[in-house]
Amino acid sequence: MDTQAQGDTTTTRGDRIFYVVLTLLFVGLSAWSLSGETGHRFTAPDGTVSWLPVGRGPAWETLGVLVAAGLTLALYSFLYKDNPFFKAAEHIYVGVGLGYSLVIAWFQYIKAELYFPLVKYWVRDGVQGQPDYLLIVPLVLGLFLLARFIRPLQWLSRWSFAFIIGFGSGVAIPNIIHANVLQQMQSSMAAIEFGNVWLAANALCALLGVVSVLVYFYFSVEHKGAIGVVSKIGIWFLMISFGASFGYTVMGRMALFVGRVQWLIEEWLRIPLSS
Amino acid sequence: MLLKRTIPVAIAFVVGLWFAIQYYVPTSFSERSLTWASNWAKILLGFAYILGLYSLVHVHWQKIRRGQPGYGYSLLVYVGLVGTLVLGLSGEVQTLVDIATGKAHHFADFQAYSTHDKPIPNFSSGFDWVYNYVFYPASATMFSILAFFIASAAYRTFRARTIEAAFLLIAAIIVMFGRVPIAAAVHRAIPDVADWIMANPNMAVKRAILIGISLGTIATSLRIIFGIERAYLGGD
Repeated sequence: MDTQAQGDTTTTRGDRIFYVVLTLLFVGLSAWSLSGETGHRFTAPDGTVSWLPVGRGPAWETLGVLVAAGLTLALYSFLYKDNPFFKAAEHIYVGVGLGYSLVIAWFQYIKAELYFPLVKYWVRDGVQGQPDYLLIVPLVLGLFLLARFIRPLQWLSRWSFAFIIGFGSGVAIPNIIHANVLQQMQSSMAAIEFGNVWLAANALCALLGVVSVLVYFYFSVEHKGAIGVVSKIGIWFLMISFGASFGYTVMGRMALFVGRVQWLIEEWLRIPLSS
Repeated sequence: MLLKRTIPVAIAFVVGLWFAIQYYVPTSFSERSLTWASNWAKILLGFAYILGLYSLVHVHWQKIRRGQPGYGYSLLVYVGLVGTLVLGLSGEVQTLVDIATGKAHHFADFQAYSTHDKPIPNFSSGFDWVYNYVFYPASATMFSILAFFIASAAYRTFRARTIEAAFLLIAAIIVMFGRVPIAAAVHRAIPDVADWIMANPNMAVKRAILIGISLGTIATSLRIIFGIERAYLGGD
């Protein structure tokens, strides 16, 4: 997207027509949907949605639907080509995404894990209970992380990174051995039930797939003779899996697209699709 | 040298070795240490977000300061960021002001979470509004756009020139077709075949790849713990 954004900056007559049509489409359809008798969308505390006449209900939800519809159309305009509507929506999305992550990080990580058990006792009077002084360690390591902003003290952040990397590596070893290696191997080998031909064939297929793909990725021996045959079967399995994963991904994204179009029709244009 | 390289490597060694062994020594102390370290890691993740914030703000500030082409879009990043932060954290600022002045203020009462330390049922805050009408629709739209690019790329590149390419093509077509209702109308076995491909050959390959990745991860983790891999320390 970036390459296209930098390389394609000229605006043709066709582009201008497209921008005008898109703007008119959004404004016109928004006005049409708002002009109905239904008025503002209102979600009651029990979750039921109703439509209140304009001027009698809360306008925030109506405004929200217009904003969301505008963003959706602006982002889909990229299907024509990279354009100012898309860029504006994309940049707003980046800013909101980071802001959202920061707010969540504050409430879930800093406030819940550091402020309530430790800092609250220092800044507020009369708080019951005992502060957890062990949390001074991550507080200090967190401040060391921020030392990256001060050039002479940048090296302090290495201590924090060393803790994070060391902890991640240490925890990963036993968990990965258990969940991703031993359990996967067990599931590949122990499920063969010879009483049921279909289940046995499926289990043998899975076993053959696991072994042949592992052989294909084993580069310490030359892929000739029996190894070559097995590795060839591994390639076939890989191709089937890549195709299946591709199809699954496309259909997943298509489902999202259908969901967005459905939302535009039902929420923005207020045309009920189902009774 | 000691402070800049030796101590970080020692921290990674001690912490890494302890938590690799901890799993096999399930005493109450070792389990408590895992809980502590998990919480500490979450706190450090929270601080790491500030580094991310600085990075994005700095990049876009440079564009605005230099008046680079398209710097107006960088302003929109600030609008989205500041707007979301104001709506999400105004209650926190109110709490700080309350503590500092010793009086109760109400300028951020429209934010349910922070002023009362827990969500109020059926209360929709401004931050919820940003999530429901900006963040979620934009995320879903962004991801759904990829469907068109993947399909277009596939149309241009998928050619059954070899038997391997034919396997890939056929599997993709069956899985895609098997996921839509019309497939069962054409032949009732098509959705079952699609499910079989996902549950057997596809799962077997995913399993083999997972085993391979896991062995690589274990090797890299050991290299980090024993100080052979030090890329995380950066330069000099």
